[in-house]
Amino acid sequence: MDEEKTILNVLDVHYLTQENLILKGISIDIWSGYIHAIVGPNGAGKSTLVSCIMGLPGYEIQKGKIIFDGEDITDLPVYDRARRGLTLAWQEPARFEGLKIKDFVLIGAKNKCHRKAEEVLDLVGLDPKKYLNRAVDKTLSGGERKRIELASIIAMEPKLILLDEPDSGIDIEALQKIFDLLELIKKQGITIVLITHSPVVLERADHAFLMCCGRILDKGSIERISNYFRSKCIPCDHNIPG
Amino acid sequence: MSSTKELVIEMLNTLGVSVERLLSEDVARIQVHKNKIVGLHLVKGLRVEAEEIENGIEANVEVEENIKIEKPIHLCFGVMPEEGIQKVKLNLRAKEGSKSMILAHCTFPNAKNVKHLMEANIVIEANAQYAYFERHVHSPFGGVEVIPYASIYVGENAEFSTEFELINGSAGKIDFNYEVKADDKSKIEMVARISGVGKDIINLNEQIELRGRESAGVIATHIAVRDYSSANVKNVLTAIGPNAKGHVDCKEIVVGNAKATAVPVVSVLNPTAHVTHEAAIGSVDAKQLITLMTRGLTEEEATEVIIQGMLSKKHKWGEIIEKFLLPD
Ligand SMILES: Nc1ncnc2c1ncn2[C@@H]1O[C@H](COP(=O)(O)OP(=O)(O)OP(=O)(O)O)[C@@H](O)[C@H]1O
Ligand SMILES: [Mg+2]
Repeated sequence: MDEEKTILNVLDVHYLTQENLILKGISIDIWSGYIHAIVGPNGAGKSTLVSCIMGLPGYEIQKGKIIFDGEDITDLPVYDRARRGLTLAWQEPARFEGLKIKDFVLIGAKNKCHRKAEEVLDLVGLDPKKYLNRAVDKTLSGGERKRIELASIIAMEPKLILLDEPDSGIDIEALQKIFDLLELIKKQGITIVLITHSPVVLERADHAFLMCCGRILDKGSIERISNYFRSKCIPCDHNIPG
Repeated sequence: MSSTKELVIEMLNTLGVSVERLLSEDVARIQVHKNKIVGLHLVKGLRVEAEEIENGIEANVEVEENIKIEKPIHLCFGVMPEEGIQKVKLNLRAKEGSKSMILAHCTFPNAKNVKHLMEANIVIEANAQYAYFERHVHSPFGGVEVIPYASIYVGENAEFSTEFELINGSAGKIDFNYEVKADDKSKIEMVARISGVGKDIINLNEQIELRGRESAGVIATHIAVRDYSSANVKNVLTAIGPNAKGHVDCKEIVVGNAKATAVPVVSVLNPTAHVTHEAAIGSVDAKQLITLMTRGLTEEEATEVIIQGMLSKKHKWGEIIEKFLLPD
């Protein structure tokens, strides 16, 4: 696997809050073009890690480096990281009163034409005729909202997407659709890093990292990480960072 | 004569909408520049008597019984020079069973010192439906003073909805007073969407008295204040009639050194009546902001998108009017 291209390089990242060291020296390499999963129990630090990678306000790291597509982005603000092709989708996407879906999906798009909005909605399985003029507000179901989030991300044509628990709050059928979509995103050459503590989600990835208590415990094939996770992590209640 | 027509075109051109549409045969219209009626065209069932008064006009408008006017009636009030006073006295009666919509534009695109005063007496008779949508186009200089006062009576089973929009240019100084009295089974919707910049001062006082049985009223106020502007909103909703229902919704986004206050006064004077109230005042929502930043927007750009979204929300009749304004 030597010839694999690394798109994201996280080097010895430490993140501490006033009381706790949450990330205790995380180092990971993300190869371009795959679906990578980060698994681990509640409180392992998974969401914190992606927030640090994205550079969200309040998640400035105290030690370590983040290299994205060959460039050190450790000190860049969120929007500069986004403009370089890195983005993030939350467990629970935000809702925007009055903001039309057609405008929302094109917010970060390089190509801001109406066609693009239709195209990405089509791609996520939402009929553009029905959705373009609706608002990204409370009237959308959780599953619809998640798909619109993905549509807006696809429109950005990013290089890497960080997905925090794409499976939360949706039923198995909707989850299946989300995964078909992730395959589609991958086919477009976009790298995906998804966070989960569900073995079902894990199985859809190409490669995985196991995280516990602010550290990476293991990495490798899905089979290996999945076995470890099922047999050791799920029964273990070692989920409070020490 | 041609200069009057040119003035009409000049005013309509500031509105950013299809001038052709506004001048088409089936659209009723009244165009007023300062204190001159520069354009008047009526349709069946609409009666207008207007006269010029000092610094303005006085108009009596009547929609006849059971008449349904499909297209919005277009009113345009403007002051094109940098200075001027415009007073509008409007007596409007929507007669029983009628249905009409007014789209009013107030345009002061070059204002440095313009005062626009409106005094409206509106009566919506039983079973009538009447919607009023007012859009302001102001200069960026902040030199406009807008003082609308309206007293509205809504009869039995009638519907009244009004929307005031000031999101283009600088609000200047606004002193807005609307009072509605609602009879049995009537429905009232009152929306204001205003954007403040610079040193704008926005004062809103909106009142609905739900006097009638099963009357229903909503007051929605969405304001964004930036820079050194300020907004003071007072929403008063009183439910008196049996089973009356009311809702007050006040959202104010405050950015920079701006200030906002909101005073909702909701009262229920009948045990079967019900009033709810929601208010959100403050900076933009952090999660919304960060979401947009992960799409590549700076904090300032993201804030503006969120504000525009909040300000763009319209009530149901506003959407109909909006469609009318769009080019084919
Ligand atoms: N800003 C903060 N201040 C204090 N503690 C924090 C902060 N952010 C995260 N933590 C703590 O860090 C730990 C890791 O949290 P994180 O949300 O990253 O876990 P997670 O692996 O995503 O868990 P889950 O699977 O439940 O989503 C938790 O114990 C959490 O309480
Ligand atoms: Mg998490």
